[in-house]
Amino acid sequence: MNRKYMTIDGIPAPIDGEKNILDIIRKVGIELPTFCYYSELSVYGACRMCVVEDKHGEIMTSCSTPPRSGMEIKTNTPKLQQHRKMILELILADHCRDCTTCEKNFKCKLQSIAQKFGLREVRFENYTPLEKGDTSSKSIVRDKNKCILCGDCVRMCSEIQKVGAIDFAFRGSKMQITPAFDMPIAETNCVNCGQCSAICPTGAIGVKDDTKKVWQDLYDDNTIMVAQIAPAVRVALGDEFGLPVGSNVMGKMVSALKRMGFDKVYDTATGADLTVIEEANEFLDRLRKGERLPLFTSCCPAWFQYAEINHQDMMDHLSSCKSPMQMFGSVLKEHAKNNMPRKKAKKTKVVAIMPCTAKKYEVAREEFRFEEEQTIDYAITTQELANMIRESGIVFSEILPEAVDMPFGIASGSGIIFGVTGGVTEAVIRYIMGEEAKNYLKAIAFTGVRGFDGVKEAIIPYNGRELKLAIVSGLANANTLVEKIKAGECHYDFVEVMACPGGCICGAGQPYAENRAKNERANEMYEADRMSNVKISSENPTTTALYNGILKGHKAHDLLHYK
Amino acid sequence: MDKTISYEKLDEILSQYPSENPAIVAILQDIQEEYRYLPKEIFAYLAEKLKISIAKIYSVATFYENFSLTPKGDYIIKICDGTACHVRKSIPILEALRKELGLSAAKHTTDDLGFTVETVSCLGACGLAPVITVNEKVYASMTPEKTVALLNEIRKERANENKE
Repeated sequence: MNRKYMTIDGIPAPIDGEKNILDIIRKVGIELPTFCYYSELSVYGACRMCVVEDKHGEIMTSCSTPPRSGMEIKTNTPKLQQHRKMILELILADHCRDCTTCEKNFKCKLQSIAQKFGLREVRFENYTPLEKGDTSSKSIVRDKNKCILCGDCVRMCSEIQKVGAIDFAFRGSKMQITPAFDMPIAETNCVNCGQCSAICPTGAIGVKDDTKKVWQDLYDDNTIMVAQIAPAVRVALGDEFGLPVGSNVMGKMVSALKRMGFDKVYDTATGADLTVIEEANEFLDRLRKGERLPLFTSCCPAWFQYAEINHQDMMDHLSSCKSPMQMFGSVLKEHAKNNMPRKKAKKTKVVAIMPCTAKKYEVAREEFRFEEEQTIDYAITTQELANMIRESGIVFSEILPEAVDMPFGIASGSGIIFGVTGGVTEAVIRYIMGEEAKNYLKAIAFTGVRGFDGVKEAIIPYNGRELKLAIVSGLANANTLVEKIKAGECHYDFVEVMACPGGCICGAGQPYAENRAKNERANEMYEADRMSNVKISSENPTTTALYNGILKGHKAHDLLHYK
Repeated sequence: MDKTISYEKLDEILSQYPSENPAIVAILQDIQEEYRYLPKEIFAYLAEKLKISIAKIYSVATFYENFSLTPKGDYIIKICDGTACHVRKSIPILEALRKELGLSAAKHTTDDLGFTVETVSCLGACGLAPVITVNEKVYASMTPEKTVALLNEIRKERANENKE
């Protein structure tokens, strides 16, 4: 009986190493409201919504109070409820309340908590003059009028991503969150990962909406609309329509896109197969020559930009491969060019549906042009697609699934698992092991490539030697690893980097993933891999056909590499 | 006033502090001592040297009233508005100075960078209230009239200096 206990509203609760009372309160099934508490970020104690009362009537914030044996905590007393309502009222008094036209309408934490507490009136006038929003970024929009100063974005940006593009400035009632000197966010060291917008409890940071432009082209009869869907989107979109967390809704999505007016719908996983082949060959080539190792993956645009800003000296180590989205986009545009009857002169536009906000920035980059124009015309996020589906009136839960189109209709399991951290590495291992990999699929899965650790390692035998591979997600983790490699403290042959912790399934374009959702989404990705007929990218008949067709000879390098 | 930024000087200041967990406030104070404000150019340089984001340094610099991001005048006049000075009529002094120099609550420094007028919460000389300081020199028991006279004296002094 040496276990420590405390009581929460009379319920005895064991203390199992929790760092704060809040975690124990939630463990016993009480949902205290919070704006500024996330277990993966440092404790900030700003919002004061999680206040509790001890037996002496003392009020404390449960997020920043460590549990002690014998503590008696109450979470629901008249004093506490009055406190919380007052805080809410004061936050709302200073908040631009144009909820109906706000991007976060129905997804706003402030809105839902105010609803829960039955707040029907705000007694105080808002004296803060309205400020113009910052729309300089390709990926995110900032609206200071909706900021509640919880600091979640600041801590996400500096602690998890080690970017620090925004911070608090000024003091007291003048305090705000801003880049230095109120610079437009696009001119800072922001890498467009969008994690700030994912964690923002209100509409203060949102994702740039490109759906209007997509609709415009969908309504235009002279434009052939082609969609490609990234692997991670299929296991998250269902969340938006009340389907079980992590459901694979690929088929339903294809059919919804067709109904909305897309002419062709493909799977970006097919493009990922091309990436595996190109990147693995580049890797093997560097291994043979013993140069520029480790090879860093380059498919994550936020990581690419982070490396450009912070590790210019390592840029040679980044793979010259385009991302799966860009590779596939180039193939689709080339295919359209070759197959378009000249007279009709219809224009083909490619829309990429991505779990990612940085893809919006990537599509506009100079490197990715197809005959003077953007290879990918628009990149929209999972959430934007959900809005388009709603707007079109499609009842998503009832729509019948459909298959993706030919001639690019096949993707291997390797291509699909790109959407989760470690997936690229696993796919590359399968490819370089070749025939042998088929007997060792399970063993490869257990080399250490799977799971949600921020830094993972795998060692695989290859041609009588050992290959050391590292997988990192979260840019702070990536930065630490790069610094270590530079200092000669460790050596790797191959490093996969994803900017978002957990990989693309937790991208900022996705519906926000709580911990459970993360696991469900990853499981579904691996399930899709298990159910795929083809496991290794090089055995995908679509890629084989491409290499014998439009990717013949130097075309492969021209279309699939950025340098 | 129009000193150009000397990066050697910045390096000299930085060399006095440990590179691990650098004391941003102390460093900014030293820099302000040198330039009498925090020039915009130093932020990027500090960020790179200290491996701290520009936004973080800006955050510290804007938090403290003492740091100024705009150039200050040759003469910095501080009017104490602590309780003792306030009840002994410090505000009329402030108003007289602002009127005389064409300044306001939003504009603290004259266009020719001659004078900066600001309030402080307490100078710790309550027995001499109301107190003002001009470039650290303390003037006790001031009135609006005495202050304007003092200002005119400084102006004369300044005009003579400029002639030479």
